[in-house]
Amino acid sequence: MKRKSISYAKWGYIFLIPFFVVYIIFALTPLVQTFYYSFIDYKVDTGTVSIFNPDGNVVDNGFCGLQNYIDVLGKDGTFTTSLKNTVVLWLIGFIPQIAVSLLLAVWFTDIRLKLKAQGFFKTIIYLPNVIMASAISLLFYSLFTQGGALYDLFDKMVGLDTSPLNTVWGSRFIVGFINFLMWYGNTTILLMAAIMGIDTSLYESAQIDGANPTQTFWKITIPLIRPILAYVIITSMIGGLQMYDVPTLLGDSSGGPKGVLMTLVMQIQLGRDSAVGVVGAISVLIFIISAVLGFIVLKVMDDSPKKKKKKKKPATANR
Amino acid sequence: MARLEGVAGEKDDRTSLLIRRIIAYVVLILLVLVSLFPFYLLVINATRGKVQTGVQFTFGGNLSSNFKVLFGDSAKERYGSILGSFGNSFLIGAISTVLSVYFSALTAYAVYVYDFKLKKFAHTFILLVMMVPTQASAIGLYRLMMKMNLIDTFIPLIIPSVAAPAVYFFMYQYFQSSLPLEIVEAARIDGCGEFRTFNSIVLPILKPAIAVQAIFQFVASWNNLFMPMMILNTKKTIPMVLQYMKAEINGNPQVAHAGMMSLYMVLAILPVVVVYLCLSKYIIRGISLGAVKG
Repeated sequence: MKRKSISYAKWGYIFLIPFFVVYIIFALTPLVQTFYYSFIDYKVDTGTVSIFNPDGNVVDNGFCGLQNYIDVLGKDGTFTTSLKNTVVLWLIGFIPQIAVSLLLAVWFTDIRLKLKAQGFFKTIIYLPNVIMASAISLLFYSLFTQGGALYDLFDKMVGLDTSPLNTVWGSRFIVGFINFLMWYGNTTILLMAAIMGIDTSLYESAQIDGANPTQTFWKITIPLIRPILAYVIITSMIGGLQMYDVPTLLGDSSGGPKGVLMTLVMQIQLGRDSAVGVVGAISVLIFIISAVLGFIVLKVMDDSPKKKKKKKKPATANR
Repeated sequence: MARLEGVAGEKDDRTSLLIRRIIAYVVLILLVLVSLFPFYLLVINATRGKVQTGVQFTFGGNLSSNFKVLFGDSAKERYGSILGSFGNSFLIGAISTVLSVYFSALTAYAVYVYDFKLKKFAHTFILLVMMVPTQASAIGLYRLMMKMNLIDTFIPLIIPSVAAPAVYFFMYQYFQSSLPLEIVEAARIDGCGEFRTFNSIVLPILKPAIAVQAIFQFVASWNNLFMPMMILNTKKTIPMVLQYMKAEINGNPQVAHAGMMSLYMVLAILPVVVVYLCLSKYIIRGISLGAVKG
């Protein structure tokens, strides 16, 4: 193969052109500019960042050093507050998500349990993931808002005078629930793939040794799916950082009750004209966090023993 | 004595297995109900009237009048053309899907089949940028598009999908498992050009992978709220219209028409749900193949 392909090397480059040209124009350049904006004190309404004198020379390029970062990272700064909000919303959805997914994945793969209609269950639990988050959110909004279908019910049950959407924890839990609903199917399927990669003889010998399901779960399943568990957790964190649709549609423009639904990405959208420098700083910080998390994912996946990877393949392909 | 113990243990084991099985089914059925209930309510609400208080479990009789309101003039006035929002979402989704699947497959093919100096670099680079959220460079993209006069056009929503690292990653893995290099070599010996080899020999082999990725890409684009909100002003996609509807419930509840909005939501999610249910087997297999390094 090597001997042959040497003369074809130029085709490798040619085929890479569209991808890399588009990436450089529409992703890399904007990313570099985002870094640049994060050091600029953007003047509202002037339309450009720099101010020119009549000769066309730059008078003030608006450079402000780390001021934007100091602003957003300060106490009650936009980044600090929004990050806290985002993390709380993510946790409310993710904790039940990982617990339920682990349970379902173990049940689905249990050779002795032999659950029927697995295809049906998997199809249904993954269904919310393909449905427009905006639509699910608007549905919940219209159900829980004053005069909505569930408003009266909720009113009678809890004795609340207002919509749960107007309370801090009510709105948080609704966002968390929607995130849970949308993602637990996905997580279940990923974890199933991981568990199916485990050598079944391990389970058989555990059973012979008299281990109960709980022991098998903690002593065999969890240690052996650790890389994929880490993958699931970290990619979910990266996804959580990008949370936008659900809180946008459930809260108001200032981020719902007391601003607790204001996520990081909502700040980017809101400040795209009025606070470019600040938004740039927030974006750079999102980039850094995602990069660190992404690096950990690649590292974790690389560290998993090569042998195990090879074994997993047929198991995945068989289904 | 030992044997007796064994038998007793087995019986005990069987009952505990039965109990576990029952618990599993009960939990699964509950989760199915929880997952489906919102959509059931949505469909019911689409047949109900303008004001909806309390939960109703049977169909109402307002479906056709909701249709009339949704596609009538007052809705157009408030949210822009409803039909237009479907057209816009479909156009953006369809073109960006074709572009992302085709060019990312081409890129994966280049890295997988050819030997060249930057091969390793290209592969590592794409894997690294896969983790960068698009939102992190959104402000830069917005300002850049403003300079290029591309705000309120579909170009910033369509063209960037040519470079889709996630699709690349999936295709690359697919090549590893199902593209023997002998096929490429055989095509060369038969005098087939490199470009034609990809189009007429490799793409057909890729069909299953393309189908799965095409659905994921289309759904992602169809459901996307963030980028269209950044880029578009006068033109609207479906999620943007939903955002306007929500603003109306919030700001002008007297005018908000719950039945019409529910119907719009049903129509917005219906195409995706139908395609998903038809192809769910392949999609569910694709999830774990795409994400977990096999």
